Amino acid sequence: MYEMLTGPFFWISMLVFWIGLLVRAILYIRGLDWQLDRVAYRAHPKIGAKFALRSIGFWLLPFGTQGWKKQPYMTVAFFLFHVGAVLVPLFLIAHNIFLENKIGFSLFTMDQGVADFLTWAVILGTILLILRRIALPEVRILTTAYDYMILVISVAPFITGLIARYHIGDYHFWLMVHIFCGELLLILTPFTKLSHIILFFMSRAQLGMDYGIKRGGMKGEGMAW
Amino acid sequence: MPEGTLCNRKPIQTEADLKRLLSDTGGKEYYRQMKELDIDSDALWNTIQKTCKSRIRTWLEICAHCGMCADSCFIYLVNDRDPTQVPAYKIQSTLGEVIKRKGRVNNAFMHMAMETAWAKCTCCNRCGMYCPHGIDMGVMFGYLRGLLYSQGFVPWELKIGAGMHRVYRAQMDVTEEDWVETCEWMVSENEEELPGLSIPVDKENADILYTVNAREVKHYPEDLAEAAILFHIAGENWTVTSKGWEQTSLAMFAGDWEACKLQVNGVYDAMERLKPKRMIGTECGHAHRATVVEGPYWAGRKDGLPPVKCMHYVEWVAEALRTGKLKIDPAKRIKEPVTIQDSCNYIRNHGLKDITREIVSYIVEPGYFVDMTPNREHNYCCGGGGGFNGISLYRHQRNRALMTKRDQIMSTGASLVIAPCHNCWDAIRDLEEEYKIGIRWSFLKPLLIKMVEIPEHLLPTE
Ligand code: HEM
Ligand code: HEM
Ligand code: SF4
Ligand code: SF4
Repeated sequence: MYEMLTGPFFWISMLVFWIGLLVRAILYIRGLDWQLDRVAYRAHPKIGAKFALRSIGFWLLPFGTQGWKKQPYMTVAFFLFHVGAVLVPLFLIAHNIFLENKIGFSLFTMDQGVADFLTWAVILGTILLILRRIALPEVRILTTAYDYMILVISVAPFITGLIARYHIGDYHFWLMVHIFCGELLLILTPFTKLSHIILFFMSRAQLGMDYGIKRGGMKGEGMAW
Repeated sequence: MPEGTLCNRKPIQTEADLKRLLSDTGGKEYYRQMKELDIDSDALWNTIQKTCKSRIRTWLEICAHCGMCADSCFIYLVNDRDPTQVPAYKIQSTLGEVIKRKGRVNNAFMHMAMETAWAKCTCCNRCGMYCPHGIDMGVMFGYLRGLLYSQGFVPWELKIGAGMHRVYRAQMDVTEEDWVETCEWMVSENEEELPGLSIPVDKENADILYTVNAREVKHYPEDLAEAAILFHIAGENWTVTSKGWEQTSLAMFAGDWEACKLQVNGVYDAMERLKPKRMIGTECGHAHRATVVEGPYWAGRKDGLPPVKCMHYVEWVAEALRTGKLKIDPAKRIKEPVTIQDSCNYIRNHGLKDITREIVSYIVEPGYFVDMTPNREHNYCCGGGGGFNGISLYRHQRNRALMTKRDQIMSTGASLVIAPCHNCWDAIRDLEEEYKIGIRWSFLKPLLIKMVEIPEHLLPTE
């Protein structure tokens, strides 16, 4: 079983994830239509790029936009969740040792204490996001079972990773469960809302270009977001 | 009944069609027929497949259902935070649902979608600024309106409005002759006080081509006179055009994209024929949005720009005050608490927020200007945007929506509201009528006329 998960399934999940996201990005760009979207993407590349970057950059900054400032609870929950969700899988020592053994390649690694902290933050963030979904009527009306499923799929590798990390119960069993959850997340990403991992950048860049090229960017007055 | 005689999927093409629809007072019969109108699901799905591309599909797919857009929508707030007014909910339950069902929706659904698209959203685009993914519900409601229009589900007044543009190339039944006569009439009314005042028609190579809103011609011709007087005082070399003089587009509110294209092409033809250095439009927000911001795309202009440089009236006023072409008598500046309405269509959606403040700095005595909260690109819609003002079927909902602006104005303590936009101006007039909060409201032109210094050489010689 362990061989299966760390052998073929590992490769399949990696390929599906990276190629899947790449394909989603390409399809997104190919599906843009200057006339239907009413944004002259090609005609004004400089201002377009500038506003695309602003639109992404400010939203990646905690409290960087009016939207984040207006919703402090959401901002805290979002960043608690996302900082770890993005950084831990990439820069965890254990992951990079695994990679090094597998393909002889690894990335910069983060301190184990930091990784533990960020992983707990992911779990706390998830709890806050779930509480918000239950408590606020304006979020409840939007929430579907699918949203909870995405949250569960996302947080599962973090919970199981921690269980393995602290050697709670049968280490080998929990490590296998962890790897299974991790690979499941990677495989499902391009086909679900989790595709936002790349489409967030596409969508934000698009709206940035929209404001930059068409809706006032050329008036020389920056959009505050 | 597949299609009614009044309510159907065909746009209005002739004056006779238009008259017939107009004679159905209040759209009574029109809305009765709408109850029986069938949906052409194949055509609907076909259109969606051709026109709903990655931008909107991605928005619908990745929406995190996080509700961060809720508080950004004034209609949600003013309806006591009714969860069914959350922007993401409104769009997912209409456009999202039509797509999910591949166009197989029924008449009751289309009625619900129509009410959502025209009575629960003014396409103010505020929510798009507050969504972490950059999902702009205003853009999507605009798109949904187009789909609904193509199936005949559009409020009566907007079907007429779009028809007006198709028949008269204006939002009202104002013909070319009516327009030119009104120009002449306004000159003759005012030339005694200002000898030499003129409204040049079809002058080539002028510095400014001025375009208007047909309502001014039909209902407030003095607005046109004021524009002429201010251009005259400023010494501008300007003109109007006999054809393509109308800047507005009710077709845009209706989602009739073909009529939008016909309308702007007329204005662009005038630009190409008269070759002015630039075009300046009247104090109207949606007209600017239609002709300057969105129009180039309807007309298929790849650079996204109109044929000549176009400015909103506020840009010209700021420039004229800055360069001293218009001089304000300091004694006559506004000396009462005053605020300004930021029109979504050229403030949030065309970056002119600082320009209007610059004008204020010239015409208001320091200390009297109070900004609304929120303001500039974060300002709330006047409450009547996107066609909401004109739809009698949704008057009740519109009046509720006006409460946002009412409360914003009241908390500034202003007694005068400057509203350089026809839609906003109407909404503020209506909110005063409805709620009687004791304010006055004004376009810029009449205010400027009262305080501008007229150079000696322009005055009549006794
Ligand atoms: C650079 C990468 C990423 C960016 C920019 C990003 C951005 C976003 C944004 C803007 C939202 C919507 C706001 C919200 O509801 O919280 C969101 C939601 C979400 N993201 Fe990400 N994300 C990224 C990576 C990830 C990863 C790697 C995961 C999973 C491990 C993930 C899981 C989620 C989940 C579960 C939600 C929904 C949260 C909720 O229920 O409210 N994201 N993301
Ligand atoms: C693709 C296959 C994966 C493999 C082979 C793998 C392997 C491992 C290993 C060996 C550990 C160390 C357990 C220990 O401390 O002994 C670990 C921990 C962890 N992994 Fe993974 N993992 C995978 C995918 C993922 C994914 C996709 C995520 C997150 C999205 C993730 C998040 C974590 C976390 C949060 C920890 C614990 C962090 C800590 O030490 O505090 N893993 N993983
Ligand atoms: S803020 Fe954006 S992602 Fe969140 S519910 Fe609204 S539209 Fe969806
Ligand atoms: S565009 Fe304006 S009115 Fe429409 S949903 Fe968004 S915030 Fe509300």
